[in-house]
Amino acid sequence: MAEPARAKPKPTPETQHFWDGTQAGELRLQRCDACANVYFPPRPFCPGCGGRKVSVFKASGKGRLYSYVINHRPAAPGFTPPYAIAVVELDEGPRMMSNIIDCPQTPEALELDMKLEVAFEALDDKITLPLFRPTKG
Amino acid sequence: MRRNQVAVVGAAETTELGVIPNVSQIQLHADAALNAIADAGLKLSDIDGIATAVETPQQIAHYLGITPTWVDGTSVGGCSFMLHVRHAAAAIEAGLCKTVLITHAESGKSMIGKQPRFTAPDSLNGQFEQPFGVFGPPSMFPIPVLRYMKTHGITHEQIAMVAVVQREWAAKNPRATMKAPITVEDVLNSKMIAYPFRILQCCLVTDGGGALILTSADRARDFPNKPVYVLGTGESVETPMVSQMQTFDSSRAFRVAGPLAFKEAGIAHKDVDHLMIYDAFAHLPLYGLGDLGFMPHEETGKFIADGNTRPGGKLPLNTNGGGLSYMHSGMYGMYALQESVRQMRGIAPAQVQGAKISVCHGVGGMFAASGTIIFTNEK
Repeated sequence: MAEPARAKPKPTPETQHFWDGTQAGELRLQRCDACANVYFPPRPFCPGCGGRKVSVFKASGKGRLYSYVINHRPAAPGFTPPYAIAVVELDEGPRMMSNIIDCPQTPEALELDMKLEVAFEALDDKITLPLFRPTKG
Repeated sequence: MRRNQVAVVGAAETTELGVIPNVSQIQLHADAALNAIADAGLKLSDIDGIATAVETPQQIAHYLGITPTWVDGTSVGGCSFMLHVRHAAAAIEAGLCKTVLITHAESGKSMIGKQPRFTAPDSLNGQFEQPFGVFGPPSMFPIPVLRYMKTHGITHEQIAMVAVVQREWAAKNPRATMKAPITVEDVLNSKMIAYPFRILQCCLVTDGGGALILTSADRARDFPNKPVYVLGTGESVETPMVSQMQTFDSSRAFRVAGPLAFKEAGIAHKDVDHLMIYDAFAHLPLYGLGDLGFMPHEETGKFIADGNTRPGGKLPLNTNGGGLSYMHSGMYGMYALQESVRQMRGIAPAQVQGAKISVCHGVGGMFAASGTIIFTNEK
């Protein structure tokens, strides 16, 4: 029997650009043309001012570890415990949930505020997830 | 809303609490409702307003045989019942109905007649949280706590004390699920669930329910039990995605709902005799103490660790034992309300002597929603 698979996102018209971005190796955010607010998750208007004129741009992919848990049980399908579920604060301001790769999943290794950079992991030929790893150097 | 215009005149939990494999979820609603109606000395036909969460008001009204002229299906998680109290008080004052029944029940442990929760893969949670391994509340609710601890200088031992103190209260409650004393060492050596939280810092999973009956204060003295007046109320929502909270060192929903209730009640924090803060996980009482303005967040851990909230302490908190030790069917808010009502009636197993004002603060989802009700037994 196949291993149960990790939950796979299904894009909507309003989020498609984000998932197209991860597949192209870009972390895409949106910025309000009127008030310059950068926000996430995607939507075609600014939750800061309500403006409908917004632009998609390529984010730096850099951020810091804002908080996390190391999940032991119950484990989600497709995950081997213990694994960290992290929230990353991007340099542009918004935060997003992700996982930290290339790093031991321990409290000692996962230091709050450590610098992170995005890494992309393809789930299949349609969906690529944005994960993060400690910044080298 | 004006103070003390509406009162709780009926309150009851299900006949059994804990593991109830022989009763379905909808029947647990009915059991709680019938107990509350009997407590109020009313008949089913006296009820003209109904509110419930997860199950729909039409489901519960029909099952009970009630024909309401006011319904509220607000379903924002475990604090839905605090919001129902607030909405019911406004509706009664506005003359939309006279006698409101609020029901909660959940077959959280036995899962009899309970629909499983499902996160659609094209929802925002499904796209931006689910793929990263969240799997139920224990993997989500504690996500902010490490940031809270770092910002405010809170220790693991202090948070462990939340569970220790609440077990002291639970020991005084015959209906509490867990009564055996525990120590900080026991908590910090218990099974790891989602670091930094271990099993003794996570709520129980049980079956049960509860119901409240509210009516106008001018009718309240005609009922068999001491009326408990609604002195102040507040509510808010923030986000269904824990990752998208404005900040992790405080809850915006708490900061809106709590102060609203205090302002409406016209009371100061020193006036509070009894406090309930919904504790699905051990960090919530700390967030509540800070966000409701009892003290700066930096002092919350020490305040609890120093014993101020334990039996005999100056601010009795979660006196039924809380979601950690009393019971937690999934949406615990109703049990917090029941304990506040018992304390205001003067009949709680761990009664706070002479208590006149009780603050009952609830959370829904993972800091997604909040409701605060302030009760008094003096008109």
